[in-house]
This record gives sequence, structure tokens and C-alpha cells, in this order.
Amino acid sequence: MTRSLRNLFMGLVVLFMALPLVVVAGVSLNGGQQLLFPPRNPSLRWYAELFIAQDWLNALTNSLIIAISSAALALAIAFPLAWFVWRYRTGYGRLLYGLGIAPFTLPPVITALGFLVFWTAAGWHGSIVATIVSHAVFLVTLPLVTISLGLAAIDRQVIEAATTMGADEATVFRTVVLPLVRPYLISSYAFVFVLSLNEYIVAYMVAGFTVETLPIKIFNSLRYGYTPVMGVVAVVFVLLAALIFGLIARFGDLPKLLGAWSKE
Amino acid sequence: MSDLRPRGLPARLPVLWPAAMLLLFFVVPFGIMLAVSFSHQVEGGFYEPGFELANYARFLDPFFGRALLFSFWISVLAAAIVIAVAFPFTYCLTRLRRRAQVPFLVFVLAVLSLSEVIIGFAWSTLLSRTAGLSNLLVWIGLIPRAQAWTPSFGALLMGLCYLGFPYTVLILYPALSRLDPEIPEASRTLGASPLRTFFLVIVPVLRAPLLGALIMVFVFNLGAYLLPQVLGRPQHWTLSVHITDQAVFQSNLPFAAAMAIFLVLFSLAFIGLTMVLGGQREAAR
Repeated sequence: MTRSLRNLFMGLVVLFMALPLVVVAGVSLNGGQQLLFPPRNPSLRWYAELFIAQDWLNALTNSLIIAISSAALALAIAFPLAWFVWRYRTGYGRLLYGLGIAPFTLPPVITALGFLVFWTAAGWHGSIVATIVSHAVFLVTLPLVTISLGLAAIDRQVIEAATTMGADEATVFRTVVLPLVRPYLISSYAFVFVLSLNEYIVAYMVAGFTVETLPIKIFNSLRYGYTPVMGVVAVVFVLLAALIFGLIARFGDLPKLLGAWSKE
Repeated sequence: MSDLRPRGLPARLPVLWPAAMLLLFFVVPFGIMLAVSFSHQVEGGFYEPGFELANYARFLDPFFGRALLFSFWISVLAAAIVIAVAFPFTYCLTRLRRRAQVPFLVFVLAVLSLSEVIIGFAWSTLLSRTAGLSNLLVWIGLIPRAQAWTPSFGALLMGLCYLGFPYTVLILYPALSRLDPEIPEASRTLGASPLRTFFLVIVPVLRAPLLGALIMVFVFNLGAYLLPQVLGRPQHWTLSVHITDQAVFQSNLPFAAAMAIFLVLFSLAFIGLTMVLGGQREAAR
């Protein structure tokens, strides 16, 4: 494609992707309760509302607690498994790896329903711990794939050199493997954090009526009418995601992380 | 690296913990769900253990057939549209210099991470009467009065495409960015126009990843749960919505579980198809 045609096409697609976000950002600035675009009496009062109104603040806190802890738990599950599969060649290792990929490939409602019946049977239905564990297992695919990518990029000769020089398994892990996969650990933590923050169906099925997260709160409020606060949440989430992925891109190699060859 | 097999328990320790977590919190719930799908539904939202196919027999209802057909139809349609846009987009993206790709990738990732709730809210605002696009048309003078374009089939389709687009770009990205730049160059040198090169060289070379992506987006769309409720009317509810509705509001867990099991098999069949296609591609090399 000629350059100008290509730029036009890409510009149009980006415009289409940005359009809903622009309108949402616009309505979040309304001074009144109504969602108008362009906004009338522009003010930031709904931005304050998110951090002041008790119900929105509650949902925000729940979401943050869940995202922070489930990302850590997902990493704690994925890292040893990814390392094991990379280090040893075993049938059960691969099987477990496949199992870790499964929650993300199936329609999420299935995993969500599985969690619903499981937590009901276990008597933990409605607890925030159940939401955290469910999110960690549901999103474990991301760190598993990302960390495996990072491990695969390690030059085996480096490991061999370390072993020849007399390093044992633990020393190799601590001094060679860990520093090399650190960027991948950080980015997969960020991936899970952002996705957990935005996840709806699992959180809803596991504890939707007791632990209200921001997406659940928005959906519940949608039924009673729209308020500009929803626009505020959308804007905050987009900016947060852009910031986090921007940082990953700044300190890491984003194209490589997403599967391009290492360097052109 | 010396040995490729773990020796003794200490070497296997690291895998025990993830294994336990995945078995307890993924396999066991699945097993319970399978058991529930064969249970007997009792009045009042309870069920008792048993083995009956009554819940599966309800698949013969026209109700279920309609929901399934509709889910299938709109997911295929949205997947086809998304691929038609995302494939050339991703191709253009990967032809950019690496540094220039980064802002696009950050944007795509940010949109990908957005909750379905937020996307639903954004689109229903964009298509609404008070803040929507129709105001723009009024301003230009194309239509006399602003109107609401949601809920409707078109709104739902639009939302699904929006939801699936960033996902598709990221699925296609590895294959496209690894495409040997000499292939399009050769085609250009031999005198083909850029568009000809794209359709007669790039598309055929990448048809396997293309088909794989189509199936993955299709399965991804099947999972859409909130958009049909926010942007569609009740007749636009997909299987995912019905499963949740049965589980949470109708308190009919056995039927919900049966539908979920069906959806699993349905999705697995398509994912299996993707793998077979991928395998053929490997074999062809």
C-alpha cells in the first residue's frame, strides 16, 4: 500500500477505536447529572465523586485489593510452573501448562460458572478471598505465557557456562535466570493487575452481591440510569492501562513481548 | 544443562504448588459443574445429586436453539468483520519501524484491557440520543432530529467488533511481524501493485494464521456477556447471557451447567480445529 493510503487507513481505524473513549471522556466532564456531549458547565466534580462518595470508593478499594493480590498469586502459580516446564521435559509438566492455558481460551462464563458452583460447595461464596483466588487462576495464562517467552529467550550456553563454572541449580536460578526474566515478571504482574481490575463475569458470579468491584458497580448503576461517574471510571481505567503498558514499553521491548522477533 | 528429567522429590517441589492450585481451583470446579449438569432440579432453586439427562434434553427446546443460532451467527459475523479490518491494520502496523509501532501497541493493549462494562457504556453513550453520533448528523444537516441507535442489533454488532478488534490485532501480530519482508519486496520488484501484493501474496501466505485468528475471535465473541445486555434487546441475548441468567436469576444451576458444558464442547471443537490447521502449517514447512 502506498504510504498515504496506509496512513489514512490506520488513522481511520484508530479514530474508530478512540471515538467511544473521546465521547466518554467528554461526558465525564459534565457539570450536571446528565450525560451530554459536548459537556455542559464543564467541571471535575465527578472525578472527586469517585474518591469521595462512599459507595464508589468502596468499589474502588475492593477492585484494587483484588487486582493487587490476584496478580501476585497468579505470578506465584505461573512462575514455578513456567520454570519447571522450561527446565525439564516431562509429560505432566506440559499437561499442567495446557491446563494453565485453558481458562483463557474458553468463554469466560464457563470458568465463572465453575467457580460459582465450587465456592458454593466450599462455603466461601461471597468472600473476597474467593474472588482473589478465582481471578488468579482465571488470569494465570498471561504470566504463564509471558514468563515462558522470557525463559525461552535465555541463551542455553549462558546456563551451561554457569554450570561448568560450578554453580548449582539454586545459584544458576538466582544469579542467571531470575535477573533475565525479571522484566517478564514485572510485565506479567502488570497484565494481570490491569485485567483483574476490568474483569466482570468471574467477580460477579463468585461474589457479585457482597464484594462489589468497579465493573460490577458500573453495571449495577447502569440499570438505574447513567451518571458521569461511569465516564470518570472509564477515563481513569484507560489512562491507568495506557500508563502501565507505556511503562512496560519504556523499560522493556514491547514488540518482542508480544511475539515479534527479537531485533530487526 | 545436564539432566532433562527431574530427579527425586526436591526437584519436583516447584511444580507441586502450581499443580495443586490448578487442580483444586480449575479441574475440581469443572468436575463439580459436570456433576451439577446431570443433577435433578428441585423447585425453589435447589438441586439434588442424580444422573439424568433432563437438562440436556432442554437443548431441544426452540428457546435454546434460537439462542444458540443467534450467538453463533452474531459471533461469526463480528469475527469476519473484525478480521477484515484487523488483518490489513496489523499488516500496516508491522511494516512500520519498531519504535513507531510502540504507541499503537500501547493503545491496542489499553483498549484490550477495558472492561466489557466500560465498552458497553461507552458505545451506548456514543449511540445515544443526548450525547451520540446522531447529533453530529443533525449538525451537518443529514437528519432532522437526534435519535437513539441503541439498543439494536447494529449497536451490539458494533460493540462486539470493538471488543474483538484489539484481541485480533494481538493474535495476528506475531505471525505478521515475523513475515519475511523479502516476500512483499519480491512481489513489488516483479511489478505487482501494493494492493495486488497484499491480496495475492500476503493473504495466501498467511492463510493459516488468518483462519486460526478467525476461529479464536469467534470463540472470544461467544464469551461476550455484558454487551448483549447493554447494547442489545432481550432477543439478542447470547448463550453466555442465558447461562448467567439461569444460574443467578432463575436459580436453575443444573440447566446453566448443562449449557456451559455444551459451550465448552462447542468451543473445544473449534479450538481443536485451529490446532489441526496450525499443525498442517507446520507440516507444510
